[in-house]
Amino acid sequence: MSNTNFTRRGLLKTSAVAGAGLAVPTIFTGDVWADAHSGYLNAPQGSTVTLGFNVPQSGPYADEGADELRAYELAVEHLNGGGDGGMMGTFSSKALEGNGILGKKVEYVTGDTQTKSDAARASAKSMIEKDGAIMITGGSSSGVAVAVQGLCQEAGIIFMAGLTHSNDTTGKDKKANGFRHFFNGYMSAAALAPVLAARYGTDRTAYHLTADYTWGWTQQESIQAATEALGWQTANNVLTPLATTDFSSYVAPVLNSGADVLVLNHYGGNMVNSLTSAVQFGLREKQVNGKDFEIVVPLYSRLMAKGAGANVKGIFGSTNWHWSLPDEGSQAFVKSFGTKYGFPPSQAAHTVYCQTLLYADAAQRAGTFNPCGIAEALEGFEFDGLGNGPVLYRAEDHQCFKDVLVVKGKDNPTSEFDLLEIVEITPRAQVEYAVDHPMFAGGDLGTCNPGA
Amino acid sequence: MDAFILQLLNGLDKGSAYALIALGLTLIFGTLGVVNFAHGALFMIGAFCSVTLSRILTLSYETVDETQKDFLGNPLVVKTPYVEKWFGPETGAAIIDWAVPLAILFAIPVMIFVGYVMERGLIKHFYKRPHADQILVTFGLAIVLQEVIKYFYGANPIPTPAPGAFTGSFDFGVLLGFDPNAIIYPYWRLVYFFFAGIVISAVFGFLQFTTFGMVVRAGMADRETVGLLGINIDKRFTIMFGIAAAVAGLAGVMYTPINSPNYHMGMDFLVLSFVVVVVGGMGSLPGAVLAGFMLGILESFASMNWIKDIVPGIDQIIIYLVAIIILLTRPRGLMGRKGVMED
Repeated sequence: MSNTNFTRRGLLKTSAVAGAGLAVPTIFTGDVWADAHSGYLNAPQGSTVTLGFNVPQSGPYADEGADELRAYELAVEHLNGGGDGGMMGTFSSKALEGNGILGKKVEYVTGDTQTKSDAARASAKSMIEKDGAIMITGGSSSGVAVAVQGLCQEAGIIFMAGLTHSNDTTGKDKKANGFRHFFNGYMSAAALAPVLAARYGTDRTAYHLTADYTWGWTQQESIQAATEALGWQTANNVLTPLATTDFSSYVAPVLNSGADVLVLNHYGGNMVNSLTSAVQFGLREKQVNGKDFEIVVPLYSRLMAKGAGANVKGIFGSTNWHWSLPDEGSQAFVKSFGTKYGFPPSQAAHTVYCQTLLYADAAQRAGTFNPCGIAEALEGFEFDGLGNGPVLYRAEDHQCFKDVLVVKGKDNPTSEFDLLEIVEITPRAQVEYAVDHPMFAGGDLGTCNPGA
Repeated sequence: MDAFILQLLNGLDKGSAYALIALGLTLIFGTLGVVNFAHGALFMIGAFCSVTLSRILTLSYETVDETQKDFLGNPLVVKTPYVEKWFGPETGAAIIDWAVPLAILFAIPVMIFVGYVMERGLIKHFYKRPHADQILVTFGLAIVLQEVIKYFYGANPIPTPAPGAFTGSFDFGVLLGFDPNAIIYPYWRLVYFFFAGIVISAVFGFLQFTTFGMVVRAGMADRETVGLLGINIDKRFTIMFGIAAAVAGLAGVMYTPINSPNYHMGMDFLVLSFVVVVVGGMGSLPGAVLAGFMLGILESFASMNWIKDIVPGIDQIIIYLVAIIILLTRPRGLMGRKGVMED
């Protein structure tokens, strides 16, 4: 006597489901996306599409968030055919037509991350669930970016990261729905270390002060490895809590540590305060081991450099982009932004503007807002004309690879914006790394989630 | 040894700021019986008095320089401060350079006015209310004040350097027989320490050696009896609120070259200052000063690398650890009086 419950009708149903499942990989290709305005979360049904700009509007990075918001508004204006078009005119891809995205007018909602992971997740969730945002973008902190990227992956929404520099964002915390245009700690170190060795020599001993969170850890690991590979030694690495305001207790021990270079793996207010303390303690006038003492800030931001005032003069660091770049794309963006707002854009503004255009272009090329279609269009995408030279969006980790700028605090600034000078444009090949590089190991990109 | 001396100097410097803020907090608590969580905001407003004066002194007229271009390629608009036009380039530049010390004169009336308005406009309505109500309303006020400052000045730190004459460091090492540059300490931080000493002495002298101060001290000890003698103690207490605001403001003014001011700096100091007040003893002015310096020094020592190697994270908890130990052994704090906050 048989115990099986197979029936002819049941077998047919099972076969149909299995067949559909096996067919999935071939469905997600080419023109199949063309009319696909359904089957994924928040598929736009009317004549508009809503993007969610999640930036710090309060808290310590509010000024950076405000600059990002200006760039987003400019990007939306350009996508909808307004203004002078900015970098849409110089972008190598010509898919965008100035009539929105896929013919739908672009609208946007904003959220306040407060530079707090929980607040950022809550505002992103609200924009997805209540406002129907089809894409979330923004942020000025790696902790926030990693948190929101995870949320977008779970929800089935594309996340176009803003200013996030931790290796982890496209390393151990990478996600299939997340994409980063900004560079990372490894790239900063790979570009900066040879310049430091050329200027200061290879016989140097470095003392690191490091912000105690994901970005600080990966930045420190990267710059230590890159400088040690060129002959430097590391005297000490001291982790400093993010909430520290007076760094005198951390700077004082540097004086007699035997180190002749202080590396400040700090960003934002931390960088301003630690650099101010270091300069006050006379480190820049000090001589150790017969050499002038030097200070290095691996990640620079013009907005933050402004806070440190004259203390940044002559100090080396790296940056993702700078408004003084002479290429056609950069100048088009500076003209567009400067004319509208009266001052040049920051690197944060640049990266989020690029991300918005890249998302829109990917949707246009894929013919759909389906996150899986957009991910496929972005993966391995090579482009130019957005201010960083030829760029690759690597498929394996969703990290952009492009030239990196090594900069120095300007000795004689001519204006309040003229704080950094470009020392070297490090070619992309010098900052590239393998997908399985130990600093990016762990984690899994996974598969794209359309959310429905 | 050199590391020990360096951290001692650091501790005295940190202690100066803690002591100044805690002194103002204690003055307000001792006189008005109000737990003022907006006191950190007064410190922050003081710092922004310095920023404001600096901006006033650098108010400029514009001329167009056709030979230079701005970032958009247009002729460069050159800004020249009016003070340089009025007093000549050298004198004008010197006035701008000395903006922070000059801000002391600017901040005193501003802070007394802010303190007066705060006390008359809001805090006096909460004298008879529970301490929990006072904490809530003053904390709310602190948030409002910092958001107002952020609206006008932005969220980023604003560089406010010390006068050029005070840049650089003093070499203690040579004085003490160490190698040159072994123990150096920034001039401005030394200035801050001495300035704190002067302000603290002035407040104590005022309370100890003037009739006004005597009445205030009597009122702090027994408000009702002083009132029965026909003295308008409320009016004097309002003035004391203004003085406490000025002390916090001056601490903020002189702190700006040490750390570039931002809208959040008051909150950074507030919690620590309350711990200082509690450790020193609620209502005790000498206790607040003593605890300020003691906790500042301990915090600095706890930041030494070899201590952190033994107890990781000790620099973050040392103040609270000491507070727990002191309150367990001396529940009224180091110099607390019986009956204060015990009803």
